[in-house]
Parts: sequence; C-alpha cells; structure tokens
Amino acid sequence: MSPHPNPPPQAGEGEPSRGRHVGHSIGRVEDERLLRGNGRYVDDIDLPRQLHAAFVRSQQANARIKAINIERARSAPGVALVLTGHDLGHLNKPLPLLGPNPALTHPKTQRPLATERVHYVGQTIACVVAETRYLAEDAASLVEVEYETLPAVVDLGTAGQVSQRVHDDVPGNVAGAIHDAIGDVDAAFKEAAYTEKLRLSIERSTASPIEPRGVLADWDRKLRRLQVWDSTQAPVAIKHGLAKMLALSQEQVDVTAPDVGGGFGTKIMLFYPEELVIPFAAKQLGRPVKWSEDRWEHFVSANQERGQIHDAEVAFDREGRILGVRTSFLHDTGAFIPYGIAVPANTSTHVIGQYRIKNYDVRATILYTNKPPVSPYRGAGRPHAVFVMERLICAVARRLGMEPHEVRRRNLIPTNEFPYDTGLHIDAPVRYDSGDYVKGFELALKHLDPAGFRKQQEKARKEGRYLGMGMGTYVEATGPAPYESCRAKVEESGRVIFDVAVASQGQGHQTTLAQIAADALGVEFDHVVVREGDASRVEDGIGTFGSRSLLLAGNAVAAAAGELKTQIAAYAAELFECAPGDIVIQRGRVHVAGNPARDVSLRDLAMMANPIGYPGERDGMVVGPAYGDALKRAKERPAAAPMFEARGYFGAGQQLYGSGVHAATVEVDPETGRVRMLKYIVVHDCGVIINPAIVEGQILGGVAQGIGGALLERLTWDESGQPQTTSFMDFRLPTVDDIPEVVLDHVETPSPLNPLGVKGTGEAGIIPASAVVAEAVEDALSPFGVHVSAMPLFPSDVKRLIREAG
Amino acid sequence: MTNSTPAAVDVRCRVNGVDTTLSVEPRTLLSDALRHDLGLTGTHVGCEHGVCGACTVLLDGKSVRSCLMFAVEAQGAEISTVESLAPEGQPLSPLQKAFHEQHGLQCGFCTPGILMSLTALIREHPDAPDDEIALTLDGHLCRCTGYKNIVKAARAAMRA
Repeated sequence: MSPHPNPPPQAGEGEPSRGRHVGHSIGRVEDERLLRGNGRYVDDIDLPRQLHAAFVRSQQANARIKAINIERARSAPGVALVLTGHDLGHLNKPLPLLGPNPALTHPKTQRPLATERVHYVGQTIACVVAETRYLAEDAASLVEVEYETLPAVVDLGTAGQVSQRVHDDVPGNVAGAIHDAIGDVDAAFKEAAYTEKLRLSIERSTASPIEPRGVLADWDRKLRRLQVWDSTQAPVAIKHGLAKMLALSQEQVDVTAPDVGGGFGTKIMLFYPEELVIPFAAKQLGRPVKWSEDRWEHFVSANQERGQIHDAEVAFDREGRILGVRTSFLHDTGAFIPYGIAVPANTSTHVIGQYRIKNYDVRATILYTNKPPVSPYRGAGRPHAVFVMERLICAVARRLGMEPHEVRRRNLIPTNEFPYDTGLHIDAPVRYDSGDYVKGFELALKHLDPAGFRKQQEKARKEGRYLGMGMGTYVEATGPAPYESCRAKVEESGRVIFDVAVASQGQGHQTTLAQIAADALGVEFDHVVVREGDASRVEDGIGTFGSRSLLLAGNAVAAAAGELKTQIAAYAAELFECAPGDIVIQRGRVHVAGNPARDVSLRDLAMMANPIGYPGERDGMVVGPAYGDALKRAKERPAAAPMFEARGYFGAGQQLYGSGVHAATVEVDPETGRVRMLKYIVVHDCGVIINPAIVEGQILGGVAQGIGGALLERLTWDESGQPQTTSFMDFRLPTVDDIPEVVLDHVETPSPLNPLGVKGTGEAGIIPASAVVAEAVEDALSPFGVHVSAMPLFPSDVKRLIREAG
Repeated sequence: MTNSTPAAVDVRCRVNGVDTTLSVEPRTLLSDALRHDLGLTGTHVGCEHGVCGACTVLLDGKSVRSCLMFAVEAQGAEISTVESLAPEGQPLSPLQKAFHEQHGLQCGFCTPGILMSLTALIREHPDAPDDEIALTLDGHLCRCTGYKNIVKAARAAMRA
C-alpha cells in the first residue's frame, strides 16, 4: 500500500525526521484483513473435539470456604471435568509475583482456584469443562460453595485502620510502602512564605477493552506439546511461565497472541488464574479447552486500577515558584498484588513532572482491599501523579491570585537543562533524556488562547452559562527494561521477514516496525513482513506494556536490519568486486555506489547466495536446486552462511521520557451538574514520529479514555464488597457524543538514547486528562466557590460540590 | 453422562446471500450460531448484553444486536454479516476503504459491528446529516480510536 494522503499533525518548528517510510502516515497492513472480518481473535478459533470452560467465582468479598460441592456439576449433561484447587497438585499454590521488591513487605498473590479463603467477589474457585459453553455455564451454576462470611474491607480511606483483614496474616492490610525523596523538603516548607495542603482522590476504573479475555489450550498427547492461544499482551512471558509451572521444557510450549481486541494493560499478567487453569485442564483431558470471558466476569475479575488518596502539600514563594512538594498517599492494590509496586512507583516518580522542583518527598502506603487486584491500566499510576501536581499548581495560583498557567510557566524545566536528572530513583534513575517543555507549553497556550477564553467566559457568565478551561502538563516514562529482540531474514522471494516478541492490540506494530525496517535496510515497504505475537518465533523479549514496543522492538528491528545490510553488502561486494562500504541498497536493489545501472535485486542476490533455494528459473523453465553452483561456492567460501539472517537487540538502560501538555474547555450546567466538553487540546512530544496517523490514533484513543475516566467511569461496591458496576449499563464508557473537537499538535525532541530517536507514546493521551477536566470544571464553577479534589465528576458530584460550596 | 439437551430446531434462513439451515438448540444466541455453527467469526461478541454493538448484523436490512437474539428468531430471515461487504476475491467496499484511509480502526474488534450499522444507514439514508451519523455510531462502543476517525471514515464514505 502506498503512503496515503493523511497529513501528519501540524509540525512545530523544524521538520520532523523522515525517511522514505518513517515519518509518513502509511496505511496499515493490518486493516484489510480486519475490515473483511478475517480477524482471528481467541474465541474465533474452534478446534476439533474442543471443550469449553466456565469458572465458578466467589460470591463473597471476604470469606472462608467451608465446602465446595461439585457432585451435581460433575454429573450434569456434557460435563467432562470439574476442577477445584485440590485437583491442581503442585499448582495449588500462589501464582507468581511479578517484580518482587523490598518495598513489598507482605506480598500476596492468589491461588489459581481458591480452596480455603476468598478475597474478592469474582475470585476463581472452580472450573467446569463441558461440551459447549452453554452446558459449562449450566453446570457451573450447580457448584455449591458454603462460605463463612467475614467483614469486607472496601473503603480505601479506612482500610489501614479497620480491624478486619483482607489477609489473615497481614496486619493493617499493608502490602508495602514506598518512600523517595530529593533535596530537603522539611527545610523548604519551614522557610517558604506560603504553603497549601490538599486531600485528593481518584476512584477505581477499568480499561475495558471491547474484547474480554480468553484462553484456548490444546495438549497434544502424542507429540507431548502444549499449544495455547491467549488474548495477552505478552505471549513470550506466558510461554516461559507456563513451561515452568507445568514442568515442561520451553520447546514443548507454544503460545500465540492472535488478534487481540484491545489490552490497555489489562491483558498483561503472569498469570491470571484462568491462564494457568485452562492449559492444566487441557493437559488433563488431552482435548482442546477454551475459555471465553464474558463481560460480567471481566468486571468482577479482570484487573483494575486508579484508586488512590493523596495528602499533598506545596511550598512556594510569592512569585509562584514552587519550593517543595510533599505527598503521602494510600494506594488500593485490591485483594492481591501480582504486579508488584509498579503503579504506585510510577505515581511516586511522576509527580514533579515537567517542573523544576528540587525538594520533594513521597510516601506511599499500599493497602489491600477486598476488591479485584490492581495492575496497570493505561497511564499506570502517572495520571494520579499529574492530578496531584496540577491540583497543587491551581491551589498556588488561587492563593496568589495568578492564572494557573502563569504558575506553570514559572516552574517549567528550562530547555537548556536537558538531559535533566530529577534525582529520583525507584529501580532506576529518573532522568529526562530530552524535551522542550517551554515550547510545548507555549504551543498549548497558543491553541487555548486563555485571554480570548476569559473574555468568552465572562460574556457567557452574563448569560448565565458557565464555561471553564483547564490545563495539565505531564512526563511519561516509556520503554521499561530490559530489552526486546528481533530475528530477521531475507526470503528467496526477496521479501524480508522480521520476527519480534512484542504483540499488538491495535497499535499497528506490523506497520510501524515495517516502516522502520524498510528504511533501515533500503527495501520497499511492501517487501517487508513483520510478525509478532507468536512466542515460538522469537523468545528473547517480554511483550507490550509501558509504551515500550515501538521504542524497544523498533530499535531491535533497526539493529537486525543493519546486521542484514552488513551481510548483504559483504556478499554483494564479492559479486561486484568492490569494498563492502561501496555497496548501496535502495528500493530493494543492490548496486555499487555511483553505478546504479549495474544492479541486482535483493531477491536475485538471496537466490545466488543460497543456490539450494528453489524453485529457481533458468531459460524460462522452473528448475531444482543448483547443486553444481552450491558445490562451487562451498569450495570458494566453505564457512559462509548461505542465507541472509540476523538478530538485533535493544535495551535503553533507562526509561525514556515523552512529555506533553493538554488543555480543555468545558461548559457546566449547574442545574443538572452535567459537564460538556467543548474542546480538547493535545501537544505532545514522543521524539521522532514513525507514523503520524498511528500516533494520532493512539492519542485520540487515550483522550477518549481520559474523558471517560474524568466524567463517566466509576466502579463501585457496597459495604459488603459486592460490586455494583458489572455491565456496560452501570459502567459507562464514552461514546461518540462524549468526545469534543480535539486539536493535536506536537513537538519533536528526539531521544539521544536510541538510534531511532523515538520515545513511547501509547499512554500520552490519557495521562493528564483528569487533571485537565478537574481544573476546567473548577474554573467554570468558580463563581460558586467550588474546588475539585476528587475524580470522577458525575453530574451528582458536581451538584454536590455546588451545594457544599454554597 | 446423561444428555437432556433439548432437541435441535432447524432454522432456515439466508446468510450473506446463501440459503442456510442452522440446526440449533432454542437457546443458542444468533451471535453464537453465526460465529461457531457457520464459522462467520467476523461478527464479534463484546458484552452479550446489547450495549457495545460489536455483534451488530443486518437482519432483513435492519441492524440488530445478534447477542440479544436467539438463532431461532431468524427463521426465514435474510442476514448479512461483515463478510458480505467484500466477499473473497472482491476489493474492499468504499466504506471499508474509507476506514482504512482514515485510520478508523485499531484493534478491529468493534469494527465489523460499526461497518454493518453504517451499511444500513448508507442504504436507507445515503444523505444522512452528521447528527444522524452520530446517532448511528452512538450505539457502538470503541475503546481504541476515540471515534474521531470513525466519524471521518463514515463521512468520507457518504460524502464521496
């Protein structure tokens, strides 16, 4: 497909970096298949003799299990197997803990199937496998569980003080604690002319990809091999994990992430209980077993995020310069902490963001609650950090009678201070590799036109209408360690295949990585094939999360392409009798520099390099392998590898920092409490942009989720821990009408820490959204004296704020 | 193992232009029959309670949520799924092309349902104004795109 005419976002000063393919909005190679309905998601795959699983899930939030009666289920029609924890043998133990850390003093992960205790409604207790999904669900409803109910810990604010325990041996429900500090925050607060203090909170939300989770596993008894299709973001990690847990060698296990209908963090775990139980069941039965999650299950058992409460303080001078920031927060990790401290650690390191703050102290207490476990959801703790910082900025502005954007401007890290070492350190130093925060900020102000808006706002107020504006700046750590890899080879067709260990859930890696490969090697885009999601092809790597795939896998692809180029040049140099440095590869043709007329296609070169390749052609006839040529070549270059094949790796050594500024205008109806988004502005910096349309798409998607999180989405439980929001009727995702006009602009500060100059961008759209909307609503309702300190803002919350301020 | 499954019902219908007989239990959802009995997996299931719209197909020309219908309700009906928009060997339809050109899909899971709703709209009301396009799209949840490019694709297809 040739580059299609979508113009890239309007560039800031200077041209964005471009190659023949990099920098262009090339149409996605993924699209044709998906548009035809030829996508292949886990539930689409039906294998012969396949069975279906349904899980029995806890109906109680905190309870002892007195009995599990599976007899009626076992003898129900079409049932092949009913598993409880007692049937799992050595797997009846806590699932792995990702990212162990000394900060985690009381780590807890769940067992695949609970036998003694349950800790959240939705936790897996038994697995029923039957001929059809319908029969499996029928039988699952026949499993009887007797509970001894215990009081549930639901409210984050009091979870640390109540006597009831989520885990019997974890006092105070404290899973762990984080502390980091720079400078001397106590001195800063003592000496400051002004301080302000805020209590801020964000409630739980969930990523809600439109495709729920799913696992299909097939154990081949004859070959003794396990094949798994999993709607996961990390097939390689699942493969390694399953091999270990099921005591198989890695080559006995294949894991594929086929087409995945959205992930956003929810689909990366090692493991969800279902991801282990289903392969186990398949192994028991010697028949394929499929589990397709339904939406209710997703709401009660897929990982969630966003619950935090902060006590934050800021110290500043009369010019609005911030001298110190302190925050002490509670982080709701749910009933278990399989993902370690990643989310609260991100919050801790992202608060000071774009601001030049030299005195900062953060303390986090990670608390268990009787709710589904928490693991990253797009943003992964950064949205909370930005919310805290930007609410503090507004408090400073309010106290001094300044515009918040004035306060921001005075505190931005100057452009000449990059790379900027914040001095923070959690697992790795927090060092901003590049950025131009001042430029981004100015661009955002240009689009927002605060002075013009203030006039509009005043006019509207006279008409009894309440308009408001808000802004938010952020940094985004991208590309978590350690590395990704790529395996590349030139086929005799002349096509070049690049295999990577990451996977897509809509990000278009097969397109963007192919753009990088095509430019790095000098071939046509249509001659590059990128394959991902299949852990049998590349095992060195982890998967897609933390905005890392393009950055790490992209550079690995470029490295592999570079290595291929070296091999191709070496071979061509012999053919053309020149130095390898004189060889040029351009548009898939290979020639000596300065003499393009005498060239050979990469395809022919690959054929020549491996004469055993066939079918070939000679004098118009299809011919078999040219053994004579191969023997001749073997004599001349006995140790030469015949095929062009290479590997590439890339790890950045630290995370790379994207950044941006968002702004928005809203109208609030004080009668109904309804907030209408008028305009949303994004100025972002993700370094070099590979495909502008795809980057835009990622940002627009993030913005929509951000607006949802700010105004529409809230997960709730009653005091006994019963979830109240378990369908799309209760938990409202944004629809087309909820998204206003979005203005996109960008700044490009290439990262010096990778050859491509890229940074991740997958989470950029969502990170500051709650902060921006909070300020805009507060600004709109300033005549009422409303202060926003908690998100989301449902109409009922807005009305309550107005009432309480009055 | 006892088998007290209710007797299968024959459902004669026309799917993507082909006369078809489904043999299904009364409680089999239309979405499951299309996907697993006929192998037409282009229609997706996102919620099974009729909100997300991913399961949208055309039944006698009208867009319906196939997850909220039993297959037996399709007796005598004419059904079109996403696979009918560009049959094997045929180029993409103008609507599908517009989605590609406007980057109107990312993970592709919600896409077939949206394509079917828009197909119905284009057939019934090719000159539909923007607010009617929005009304049609309002019944579809997409978590990836933020909808902007979907709207652009719909407009591009309808205004061309």
